[in-house]
Amino acid sequence: MSTRMATGGRLLNKGKPLRFSFNGKNFKGYEGDTLASALLANDQMLVGRSFKYHRPRGIVASGAEEPNALVGLGRDGRFEPNQRVTTTELFDGLESESQNHWPSLEFDVGVVNNYAARFLPAGFYYKTFMAPRAAWKHLFEPIVRQSAGLGKVPKDRDVDTYEHFYAFVDVLVIGGGVAGLQAAKVAATSGKKVMLIEQSAHWGGRAPVDGGEVDGKPVADWIEQTVSDLRNLPNVTLRSRCMGAGVYDHGYVLGYERLTDHAPMAAGPRHRLWRIRTGQVITATGAIERPISFAGNDIPGVMLASAVRDYLVNYGVSIGDRTVVVTNNDDAYRTAIALKQAGMIVSAILDARPTGGGALAEEARALGIRIEAGKAIAKVHGGKRVTGVSVCLHAGEGAALETIPCDAVAMSGGWSPVVHLWSHCGGKLIWDEANAMFRPDPSRPPLGADGAGYVATAGTASGAMHLADVMADAAAVAAKVAGVEADAPAVPATDEAPMMPVWLMPQGAGVKLRMKSWLDYQNDVKVSDVQLAAREGYESVEHTKRYTTLGMATDQGKLSNINGLAILSDALDQPIPMTGTTTFRPPYTPISFGAIAGAARDEIFQPLRRTPMHEWHEANGADWEPVGMWRRPFCYLRAGETTHQAVNREILQVRNSVGMLDASTLGKLIVKGPDAGKFMDLMYTNLMSTLKPGKCRYGLMCSDNGFLIDDGVVARIDEDTFLCHTTTGGADRIHAHMEEWLQTEWWDLKVYVANATEQYAQIAVVGPNARKVLEKLGGMDVSKETLPFMDWKDGTLAGMPVRVYRISFSGELSYEIAVDAGRGQELWDKIREAGAEFDIMPYGTETLHVLRAEKGFIMIGDETDGTVIPQDLGLNWAISKKKEDFIGKRAQTRSHMADPNRWKLVGLETLDGSVIPDGAYAMAEGVNANGQRNTQGRVTSTYHSPTLGKGIAMGLVLHGPDRMGEVIEFPKVDGTSVKARICDPVFYDKDGEKQNV
Amino acid sequence: MSEAVSALNNAYAKGAITVQEVGPQGMITLRGDLSDAAFGAAVAQVTGASVPGQRKITHAGANAVAWMSPDELLILLPYAEVGAAVSSLNAALAGTHFLAVNVSDARALFRVTGKPGPVREVIAKLAPADLSPDAFALGDIRRTRLAQVAAAFWLTQEGEANLVCFRSVARYAFDLLATSAAAGPVGFFRQG
Repeated sequence: MSTRMATGGRLLNKGKPLRFSFNGKNFKGYEGDTLASALLANDQMLVGRSFKYHRPRGIVASGAEEPNALVGLGRDGRFEPNQRVTTTELFDGLESESQNHWPSLEFDVGVVNNYAARFLPAGFYYKTFMAPRAAWKHLFEPIVRQSAGLGKVPKDRDVDTYEHFYAFVDVLVIGGGVAGLQAAKVAATSGKKVMLIEQSAHWGGRAPVDGGEVDGKPVADWIEQTVSDLRNLPNVTLRSRCMGAGVYDHGYVLGYERLTDHAPMAAGPRHRLWRIRTGQVITATGAIERPISFAGNDIPGVMLASAVRDYLVNYGVSIGDRTVVVTNNDDAYRTAIALKQAGMIVSAILDARPTGGGALAEEARALGIRIEAGKAIAKVHGGKRVTGVSVCLHAGEGAALETIPCDAVAMSGGWSPVVHLWSHCGGKLIWDEANAMFRPDPSRPPLGADGAGYVATAGTASGAMHLADVMADAAAVAAKVAGVEADAPAVPATDEAPMMPVWLMPQGAGVKLRMKSWLDYQNDVKVSDVQLAAREGYESVEHTKRYTTLGMATDQGKLSNINGLAILSDALDQPIPMTGTTTFRPPYTPISFGAIAGAARDEIFQPLRRTPMHEWHEANGADWEPVGMWRRPFCYLRAGETTHQAVNREILQVRNSVGMLDASTLGKLIVKGPDAGKFMDLMYTNLMSTLKPGKCRYGLMCSDNGFLIDDGVVARIDEDTFLCHTTTGGADRIHAHMEEWLQTEWWDLKVYVANATEQYAQIAVVGPNARKVLEKLGGMDVSKETLPFMDWKDGTLAGMPVRVYRISFSGELSYEIAVDAGRGQELWDKIREAGAEFDIMPYGTETLHVLRAEKGFIMIGDETDGTVIPQDLGLNWAISKKKEDFIGKRAQTRSHMADPNRWKLVGLETLDGSVIPDGAYAMAEGVNANGQRNTQGRVTSTYHSPTLGKGIAMGLVLHGPDRMGEVIEFPKVDGTSVKARICDPVFYDKDGEKQNV
Repeated sequence: MSEAVSALNNAYAKGAITVQEVGPQGMITLRGDLSDAAFGAAVAQVTGASVPGQRKITHAGANAVAWMSPDELLILLPYAEVGAAVSSLNAALAGTHFLAVNVSDARALFRVTGKPGPVREVIAKLAPADLSPDAFALGDIRRTRLAQVAAAFWLTQEGEANLVCFRSVARYAFDLLATSAAAGPVGFFRQG
């Protein structure tokens, strides 16, 4: 059983006990524990069930590479699934629960899959669920969803906050082990801005556990001194609990800082996403120890040798009284020596190498530890925990020579440098035969915009395996990156025997053993699965990955990838570098959604644009409609009204008396310069250069493909200046469109454009009594003679400087009044007061739509959808034939644009007075090649007109303008259809007398 | 006669860092040939300040001139003086190619005050710009974004930043700044 020892635990504060729970059981740990060490200290070796076979699983590792020990952490608004216990710092009151078990961790029904494993081979999903088709949706998917999957989705809103931070540095060192510290120390001497980030709470990495001397003192002392020195440098920033998550182009790096995960009640953001721009990146990310593939290597109690050592030294936890160490390299001897020195029993060291180890082996032997060279584990005994191992010859097929009872197995298959961050942006790898590992190829780094490398690796991440090499590499790399001279610190050399690759143990293991030899613990992928994939023709490592799901779990194969591709290479009879690796993608380990979202939640999730009268609308019944990032009132609800009733009321008020509209959102672009007229003629389909100052003209804009993209009224301010109204959604888009043409094509034109949209509040006063209202406001002559239809004038109303446009989108007598935004509300109030005797009322966008539809005015986005040209809408009158060119002119002469069979705009009046459903298509005879009913038109706008007391619509219909009076039929979703007569789209005041009074 | 109101009517959020909407503030967008001597003279005549270099802002008393793009400046001056200033510019630059537009009401102005380092950090949480003292000093301006909206900002003194955005998103910008300030310092900028 695993337990806390009486002594040891260099990271613990035994003066501060902490309480926590796991699956409802209460446990005790200490400050400094991880959840992993605290669980092990309480003999909780079983921590989860595997993904597919629901096998009992225990903690394998001590860091970010842990595949098994994922828990649901916290509760309610702080619940989070899939949290690795090895990287979860213990805090008082921590609550955790295991995942992927039913009904309980100890007794799990899904384990039946384990005994049916032969029916769940690699590619099982693809093979089984192909047919019948319907079975997937109704049978397989529900079952798979129930039985697979790890954590639960949180149900409550996250109560924590998050933020981003943009940092700019010259050298970013990722990884705060001895290599990272040394690299930062050297880089800092250049005076450049250096930032050093470390994913864990502690500096120095695993060096304090492994031991050694640097500059004549114990490495732990060197670490303490170096951290303290770095803290005092003004040009160095240190951040622990901050993981380098991803490296991107142009020196962009994401850092994931976990501020309060270890203290959830502390104030401030929980996570901070560092968005770092750096000149150079040095990754000092260390290495990850590889498991060995032998039968039963997933039974709780089988652990990485380095993890066994970490738990012992860092947390004073022993995994069991009797440990068997199995290895192919010298490093694992350190575990055996540490255990022995701590008073535990090391039953045997099984060293797969026929010749055994070097100096460390001698040391172990001197301590009286039994060492068996050329030996291997045939299989591990036990269910929910290890009870013993069968020993065999590594070179053989697994015939058991003896069984050694034990409580723990410490395995080491060698080390793989953490090359993830190096690889994220294209750094290449080379295969290192001596250490059987991929390591960064310094001659092929990720390249920056200047063609030079911007990522370098330092220490073990470079492939340096001994402390002396690590420190020398870190010093040299940092010196080169920072452009300084640096000596490597003095480190005594060590004598280690070469490692020997072991991809399967024993090397001739039969299929029964291979079927219990795990590669990917989290996704339950075994040696036999990868071999099956190879036999079935999967040669690419990327295909094998997806077929077997090797390395596709939340740990992204940190332990399994190299072992898996070695097995694949062997099955394909090709060298490992020919198989290559799968792609390393950010983030290095999963980061929280909260960190990605940052502060963007609730009110600041997204910007909401408000007009100067927004608050008034809100306080006066506005039923909001999103229009771009704005909110505009759809209508203003009064007590007891439906929106339909409100809209009808507003429409009749405008038609019969006067209404007012907040039109502030409409775009207002100022175009000025000696060539402004010429530019306007190019931008609009109409002739704009002939417009006289003081006058307005309705204009159309097309894309270079001829499609109608925007419309609006243009006012000429003076000889050099135009003011262009755009649609609400078009303001920024059309501004950019104008700038683009000016900057990229017509840079010789002397024209400046400015977006003055938000400078003005614009209020439309609309209806037969509109003039009377303005006259009551007083200050300027708004008579027909002085300010006729389609004129504008500067003046004063109610004591405020205004610009009044005599334009109409409703067919009524109408004035649009622009005033400085800061006085918008004031003018709005004055108009309401002045209009009170006419029952003036504000109206919303729906009334605006109905009013314009009654007049047959088109709306961008209703009558247009990106495929409609002005000619389709009968707007030929607004397309100049005199102009040599305008954007879209040539496109509109293409054969399909000039095709007489293009659907054209008409009005539609229903025979029964009902409203045609929006978007309905008119049926035609016969069916098309796909067996679908032929169509001959579609509805683009459809409303109930209270003015006319019936349903009106506009639509695009085949040969429509030539078919006046003809009746066509629109099917409805309920199976019935509605008949409508083709008519003129202008339903109201055809001669325009009302707007012209 | 009543006065123009700024977008948020001078709303403020108090704390270790104070965020306040100030204004109304007079602002003019001036486009033209920044290297032209006559253009520079017109700017100086109206503001007393010289044409700033790239990403710079020049000051003269209550007036300032900010670089916006290779052919655009933002002139800041008291709200009441904008009308006269636009007229002066129009007169002084008549016959040349330029554009002067009053944008005072199209914008909102914020002031962020507190300790120098934390003030920089309030903005550095939201804008992808280098706010470190050596990269962003007095006399510098950045035209960038604040989370999801366009913004420009400069320091009026250490521990006091001014920030301009569009009026329609003033509430969003205020909430962003207040949230950023309330979340506390990062400790990255170690001054003050």
